[in-house]
Amino acid sequence: MADHDVKAMTADIETPTFEQTAFTTPPLLREATVALVTTASLHHPDQDDFAPSDSGFRVLDGRRRDFMTGHWSPNFDAIGFAADLNVVFPIDRLEELADAGAIGRLNDQHLAYAGNQFDLSAIRHDSGPAGAHYLRAQGVDVVLLTPV
Amino acid sequence: MSVLAHVFEAAGLATVALGSQRKQIERTAPPRGLFCDFPLGRPLGRPGEADFQHRVLRHAFRLLEAPGPGPVFEVFPESITDDGTEVLACTLPPRHDPDLPPAIDEARGLRHAYDRAIARYGNRAGTGRVVDADGVEGAIEALIRIAEGTPWKEAGLAGIPARVAQDVRGYYETAALGLSVHIPAAWAGARWFFDETETGAVVLAARAAMRDADVKMPVWFYMAPGDR
Repeated sequence: MADHDVKAMTADIETPTFEQTAFTTPPLLREATVALVTTASLHHPDQDDFAPSDSGFRVLDGRRRDFMTGHWSPNFDAIGFAADLNVVFPIDRLEELADAGAIGRLNDQHLAYAGNQFDLSAIRHDSGPAGAHYLRAQGVDVVLLTPV
Repeated sequence: MSVLAHVFEAAGLATVALGSQRKQIERTAPPRGLFCDFPLGRPLGRPGEADFQHRVLRHAFRLLEAPGPGPVFEVFPESITDDGTEVLACTLPPRHDPDLPPAIDEARGLRHAYDRAIARYGNRAGTGRVVDADGVEGAIEALIRIAEGTPWKEAGLAGIPARVAQDVRGYYETAALGLSVHIPAAWAGARWFFDETETGAVVLAARAAMRDADVKMPVWFYMAPGDR
């Protein structure tokens, strides 16, 4: 079992393509409000775990550190995240960038979705726009997206 | 994940997407994408190395300065490769109670290491989705019954087999953290679990028994990495 074996196995999974690429010009990073969005199926222990094919999202409180993964795929190394959440969800690093003034503000709320979805239509047309609306309503300008 | 980038961007959010699967991030072409040749599960590269993680973030955020239209795609210049050879040198506990199945005796012997790791790191990928640490022995007993031929729905599993297996693997990999003096290389914990431990063998045997009994593939397949 090696990383390249697992990548080779999953590299050709069908993925949607987009005929047009939307493009939003951000404010300067040092003036922007930044949020994290991950597809690592993170949730707090008091939130619902992700069900198989769960297309919803969980709102993560950036002031907490009790994140756990509810990802259903066995096809990733989990021990790195077990030891350091920042290797998947770099919340401490972004706090450091905000403290240093490199980013304007780190939003208090972040989002987690479930990766390894085979039918992405619900995320594309429902929970994705809903998550974007949620972050926009909080004044977020820039989103860093991390997989697992 | 790149789908979310397209959706968010269309809603007025500027995004930067990290990706560890080159073909996927190239094909879905997010508005701004940074391919990082890192092991799956470590999109920021190196756990416990803040400087390295900051280098990744600096590169990612620089993509925000690129003029549109997208997609904007770059490759992070440093790679981390796993060739499958790095192994975890975790000493497994010796047999303590010969009357117990070896896997259960082994799991019981790792409990202190598991608790030590939870106290140090928290529980991010350990147990608790359907099986908590106290339930690991019962989960292994159920998996043994499946391996011996009991239909999985009658074996006493606490949940969907993949989730039970994930919690059991999480228990072991977290215990491995408790036994290690450094953070193990990517996949070393999984290789240790499936190749070296009694319980890893039980999970694979239960999975094989379900496959041979013509259980639907999604029920058993996700109990272990797909190359198994």
